[in-house]
Amino acid sequence: MKVRYFAWMKKTVGVPEEEVTPPADIDTVGDLIVWLRGRSPGHAEALAEGAAFGAAVDQRTATFDVKLAGAREVAFFPPFTGG
Amino acid sequence: MTVRVQEADFDVGAELARLTDGNKRIGGLAVFVGLVREMHVRDGYHRDRVDALTLEHYPGMTETALEEIEAEANKRWPLEATLIVHRHGRMEPGERIVLVAVGSPHREAAFEACEFLVDWLKTKAPFWKLEDTPKGEQWVGAHQEDDAAAARWEKK
Repeated sequence: MKVRYFAWMKKTVGVPEEEVTPPADIDTVGDLIVWLRGRSPGHAEALAEGAAFGAAVDQRTATFDVKLAGAREVAFFPPFTGG
Repeated sequence: MTVRVQEADFDVGAELARLTDGNKRIGGLAVFVGLVREMHVRDGYHRDRVDALTLEHYPGMTETALEEIEAEANKRWPLEATLIVHRHGRMEPGERIVLVAVGSPHREAAFEACEFLVDWLKTKAPFWKLEDTPKGEQWVGAHQEDDAAAARWEKK
């Protein structure tokens, strides 16, 4: 699946997006976050527990308990500040 | 119902004329235009000077989110016309960022729906502001007042 990062998270992680193949036991957005933290210190910092960020699965806002089942694109981003 | 996300500026007069053209059921048109401020305001204090703002967004998700917000407004109020134009990219103080316009037979619905759309797009559409200040680039943090304003419209 493709994982995308926005705003400051992009810089902290070091890439705007990446293709990843998580193991089969990665079931939810929360599982994916824990797994991604292991990829680099930047990932661990951007996706740290308690950091203010949200997620989207296939371009729809998703809470961390949402299942990934078949997801093609998961995104992580800080709170929105448009308007 | 129209949603546009674009880098280019927009002409408010031309947008409003196009929105209401030929629809004689509209009796009131409420309009909000968001502009780039030259200073950062937080907790009532003017902080850093802002030289420019760069708006990043999530192409695809942004349009979907704005269309859903617009559809929700049309469900809640009897509206004849709605328009959201939101810019992305780099803008300087004084430039227009966003246009929200709502036409309805009566003004109450137009005013309320316009305020609803602005409140929800600030907290539910994937845009992020990066400020260019004398101290360097700074990502704008979410404002609690914006969350509170958006929460007013949540159905109990």
